[in-house]
Amino acid sequence: MADAKIIQLGSHGAAGRGSRTSPSASARRLAPPQAARKGQAHDDAPPAAPRARRRTARPRPSPEAHEPSTPPEPDPTFGTEDVPAAPAFSALLSQLLGLASQALGSLKSLPITQVREFAVDPVHALVSVAQTLGVDWDGSLEETAAFIRTRLRGDYAVDEFGFDPELTTRIYLPVLRRLADSWFRVEVRGAENLPVDGSALLVSNHAGTLPLDGMILHTVVYDEIDRHVRMLGADLIFKTPYSNDLARKTGTTLACQEDAERLLASNQLVAVFPEGFKGLGKPYADRYKLQRFGRGGFVSAAIRAQVPIIPTAIVGSEEIYPLIAKVPALARALGVPYFPITPLFPWFGVLGMIPLPSKWIIEFGEAITTDELGPGAAEDPMIVFNITDQVRETIQQTLYRLLMQRRSAFF
Amino acid sequence: MAAKRVALVTGVSRDLGARFARSLAAEHQVEVIGIDVIPPRHDLGTAEFVRADIRNPVISKVIAARGVDTVVHLAMVATPGSAGGRSSMKEINVIGTMQLLAACQKAETFRKLVVQSSISVYGASPRDPAKFTEDMSARAQPRTGFGKDSLEIESYVRGLARRRPDVIVTTLRLANLMGAGVDSHVTRYLSLPIVPRVMGFDARLQFLHPSDAVAAMLVPTHNDVPGTFNVAAADIVTLSQALRRMGRPAIGVPQPAAPLVATLVRQARLIDFSADQIDALTYGRAMDTSRFAAATGFVPKFSSVAALEEFVSAAKPGLLSPERVDSALAAVSRVLSAATVRGG
Repeated sequence: MADAKIIQLGSHGAAGRGSRTSPSASARRLAPPQAARKGQAHDDAPPAAPRARRRTARPRPSPEAHEPSTPPEPDPTFGTEDVPAAPAFSALLSQLLGLASQALGSLKSLPITQVREFAVDPVHALVSVAQTLGVDWDGSLEETAAFIRTRLRGDYAVDEFGFDPELTTRIYLPVLRRLADSWFRVEVRGAENLPVDGSALLVSNHAGTLPLDGMILHTVVYDEIDRHVRMLGADLIFKTPYSNDLARKTGTTLACQEDAERLLASNQLVAVFPEGFKGLGKPYADRYKLQRFGRGGFVSAAIRAQVPIIPTAIVGSEEIYPLIAKVPALARALGVPYFPITPLFPWFGVLGMIPLPSKWIIEFGEAITTDELGPGAAEDPMIVFNITDQVRETIQQTLYRLLMQRRSAFF
Repeated sequence: MAAKRVALVTGVSRDLGARFARSLAAEHQVEVIGIDVIPPRHDLGTAEFVRADIRNPVISKVIAARGVDTVVHLAMVATPGSAGGRSSMKEINVIGTMQLLAACQKAETFRKLVVQSSISVYGASPRDPAKFTEDMSARAQPRTGFGKDSLEIESYVRGLARRRPDVIVTTLRLANLMGAGVDSHVTRYLSLPIVPRVMGFDARLQFLHPSDAVAAMLVPTHNDVPGTFNVAAADIVTLSQALRRMGRPAIGVPQPAAPLVATLVRQARLIDFSADQIDALTYGRAMDTSRFAAATGFVPKFSSVAALEEFVSAAKPGLLSPERVDSALAAVSRVLSAATVRGG
């Protein structure tokens, strides 16, 4: 009874690949009609149950499962059913075709006027789409579109330092304003000491691994007195790609005597961080301890231009990237002054570059005037050193006072 | 009769030299002798052309025979390709200047020297101040190319000024020329269909319109203003602005790969670059022009933006130029409106 063996295979097995003892779904389909199987099942009822139990106990199918299920002489009529992927594929194809025709149909019903509007003025269309998506443009739709158009035409003014006031006011500062207001919750004190007109030299402490403090200072001063602060930066800023571009466009120029004097002579508000990289890259343990204030070049520039020096203390910048180690070997290899290791960087990659949300206080001190000294005083090292020390002490004392008042680094 | 002044102008076959010789010759009290090795393609006006090489001692004969009192030296080659190689360029620039100055030094009638120098003497580096005054020297001394040649030319000119204190020597450091039809490495660079630029930098460019350059060089020819002066439009244009105005798409090139790309562009004979010019197009540089303005009252008629604008209007519109973008958009909207009409 050759048939009987095949009937045995048509057990109560679940559809699937089958195992050594149970056939696969396709093998079961090969089995003879129900009636014959029933009769046979009736005969072999007792051994069927233990087989089923064994199957549940050992559900893992073995790779040889198909061998017993394959009929010795495949019937040619089964040929089409032997490839189960074929119907699925054709179904998928017809589904895709349906989708495509649907898309074509919806294209027909597309609001053609809107598409035409987009083609006529893509900038305006994109701006309005962005607005419906929730982008908060500063001005009206037309104004924003006009702004983007002038930018694309290159029709905007930059000054001799490469400062692009339009870009700074419309793009750079709004982004930083969010950071300053919501993330660092900057508190400004002594804003009345900022000069509304005429030039002045802001001298500030520098900290935080990355020069975010300069950017925040720019934002804060612009919001207080509507004037751009022109920063003086180290040459590394101008050597580094993108940093050069951003710095020049937002009004930073090289910290050298010539540029400082040129800015101060043209009635600008200039900010300088005399600590430089010594301050920026100092370990977290040394936080709020002012480093050496350069060689006093900023003081002689201020004396020569006879402008007041405004000592500025920034509290909060030290905590944004607490610097644990500097890895001098890696820094040398990369050509940077230090390679920062913080609790989050480089372990968390880009995420580690998110500054910690410390609470910032920026205090502008009373101006130290230099105009009664006379221009010759710039050549007198003793006067220059004395004023440098005076500025440094003022900032250091202000920092200590603010730290005493601050409840915690983050609140 | 007061002797008519005789001016010798070198490098008159080139555009700037020809323009200068023509303008100077148009003024009646000056007799102008133009000199170059190849015949001028431009109109020299009433100026007289003498075919001579400044590297040849025959030049001293010309100076002596014609009683030249003013020499205007404009025969400088800024790029190696136009001179037939770097060594030939150096030959023309440095040796040519040496020979010319040697001839001048001997001449009895010689009273005045006006030399065209270039903004290249300031080099270009990230440690540059925003604007160079005449007293500053390059932070990164140009060690190759036109910058080095210009420095050497200036040092020979200073040497002559020392040896002939009776001669009034004026050196004018001109910014890059820009205006309709100007052919220089900068204009060729900006005219590439797709412009490779160093990523992350936006060079500050300062231009000078050729008509302003001619006017500026006429000033020391007529008046006595000894010294070295920067001549340029006061404002600057950034490279990205210039490219947008040109309507040229740019592709970023990482800084270390820039010399390689420049070499490829040079070998493809698209533009002729010398190495120091890549730095200038990376970091940018600008000059303070207040000294020349104070000494002579000269103010350029064209700002950098206006000079660039003139060049753009005469140049072939770029891929992204406003006209092309507008016509493309108009075409699209025509097609769309046709589709709507057909669709009902």
